Amino acid sequence: MNPIISIKNINKTFSTGEEAVKDFSLDIMKGEILALLGPNGAGKTTLISMICGIIEPSSGSVSVNGFDVVKDYKKTRSIIGLVPQELVLESFETAMNTIQFSRGLFGKKRDHEFIKKILTQLSLWDKRNTTIMELSGGMKRRVLIAKALSHEPSILFLDEPTAGVDVELRKDMWAIIKNLKKQGVTIILTTHYIEEAEEIADRVGIINKGELLVIEEKRNLLNKMGTKTLTIELNSKIKSIPNSLSSYNLQLASKGMSITYNYKKQEEKTGITSLLVDLKKAGITLKDLDTNQTSLEEIFVDIVRK
Amino acid sequence: MNFEAIKAIYIFEMTRTFRTLLQSLVSPVISTSLYFIVFGTAIGSRMEDISEVPYGAFIVPGLIMLTVLTQSISNAAFGIYFPKFIGTINEILSAPVSAFEIVIGYVGAAATKSMMIGIIIFITAHFFVEISVEHPVWMVVFLVLTCVSFSLFGFIIGIWAKNFEQLNLIPMLVITPLVFLGGSFYSISMLPEFWQKVSFFNPVVYLISGFRWSFFGSSDVAIEVSIMAILLFSSFCLYTIYQIFKFGYKIKQ
Ligand SMILES: Nc1ncnc2c1ncn2[C@@H]1O[C@H](COP(=O)(O)OP(=O)(O)OP(=O)(O)O)[C@@H](O)[C@H]1O
Ligand SMILES: [Mg+2]
Repeated sequence: MNPIISIKNINKTFSTGEEAVKDFSLDIMKGEILALLGPNGAGKTTLISMICGIIEPSSGSVSVNGFDVVKDYKKTRSIIGLVPQELVLESFETAMNTIQFSRGLFGKKRDHEFIKKILTQLSLWDKRNTTIMELSGGMKRRVLIAKALSHEPSILFLDEPTAGVDVELRKDMWAIIKNLKKQGVTIILTTHYIEEAEEIADRVGIINKGELLVIEEKRNLLNKMGTKTLTIELNSKIKSIPNSLSSYNLQLASKGMSITYNYKKQEEKTGITSLLVDLKKAGITLKDLDTNQTSLEEIFVDIVRK
Repeated sequence: MNFEAIKAIYIFEMTRTFRTLLQSLVSPVISTSLYFIVFGTAIGSRMEDISEVPYGAFIVPGLIMLTVLTQSISNAAFGIYFPKFIGTINEILSAPVSAFEIVIGYVGAAATKSMMIGIIIFITAHFFVEISVEHPVWMVVFLVLTCVSFSLFGFIIGIWAKNFEQLNLIPMLVITPLVFLGGSFYSISMLPEFWQKVSFFNPVVYLISGFRWSFFGSSDVAIEVSIMAILLFSSFCLYTIYQIFKFGYKIKQ
């Protein structure tokens, strides 16, 4: 399958000398949800801005749907919607006006029914004639989403869509994103909430200091990088791990009432069977077993720290 | 051409104008009335006619130009500076619009607004003095050309300005003196010969002179020269804007 966005060796050095993006290459597939993770200042917004035309790359190229974003900017930009990180809106305008403005700006004829549908979906219909400054932060975020969707884009960039958004709205937003995916929209989002990537992304990219460190199917990433932890609850307290079990690297927890064992899921032999046999040999009786998988968060912290 | 985008920008800007209708239209009316009371009635009654035109009527074209020039510049400058200031310019930069379309939208809206103000002053003037227009078509042509070319000029200032001070600097320091010394309130021929020569370096002289000609049929400089001057100025502004967008001057990082 051909990528819908193809980023080839782009660099961005700001006039301040800051190298925000370094020799970055990435293919984004049609219809996928890609989550970009990275600490503050990693270069996520800069990268998105170069694809959308807000910032010019210092070198390298980006093509969208087969067209170059600089040479054929009209063709590429008309299919891209962007929800910016900052809540920038004209305070004195009504929500409706700014959204109509966006639709027109992207070359689409007015379509009252369509705008109504979007506003209803985002629970903004009642607020359509309210001026922006009278809206709460979360509502402004929704207005920005409505603006981005107003021209029916087939690619949607969401730069930290859920920053400063309550749990309820975050769930709403995830539902909207999943729904857009069903309609075939390609979605690229940046986030600091790792559970967000875990919840909705198909692929996860990790960026640090302007470089792409990892790009992987979410499931693979979790499998490959993820360590699982087996917690064994004991029937009776033990003082220390018997010497016969030293090769397993076990840890004593809950004041001697449980033992934990770390293993890699993707390895052929997890060692669980032999551990259980050896436990029995050592005369330890089990009450319960529990396994736990490493979250993306832990993987992320691990990668970025290296 | 992305006509929908031009329309969207134009409508959005005009909505802003109509929202602030009172301040945008009432203040020029009040200040014009004051000018008429002071210059037209109080002082004007003691002034001689200029080329057989009563002084009160003589200053009408100059006053309209004075307001239209400054309004065109400040409207257009503000129109593009404001999105830059609050950051909504990013949406425009990420939209499938060319520089040319952006200019048409913003400059078109700014020029429309100052044209409306010009017409309102013209109507207000009727309450104070008797005026007739000898060449109405030329009057409209001059008004439109002035509104458009000075809105283009304002657009340049708006893009160039890095803060609100700079936004007001050029209109304050350059335009206001040029307009006052451009013959709004007197005929250039009333000046000593040396200052007459100096005046011919002032582009505003040609505008006011041409505009006044469309009212009274007489002027300081030939009408052809006036038209040439204003076209030259428009081309200069267009070329500058073209250069600005070509090199992404101060808009894109
Ligand atoms: N206009 C600019 N001029 C100079 N440097 C900039 C500019 N914009 C961003 N930078 C720098 O580029 C780097 C990347 O910034 P960017 O905004 O892309 O990070 P980010 O990954 O989006 O961070 P965050 O998670 O905080 O939004 C930072 O070091 C930042 O200081
Ligand atoms: Mg960012």
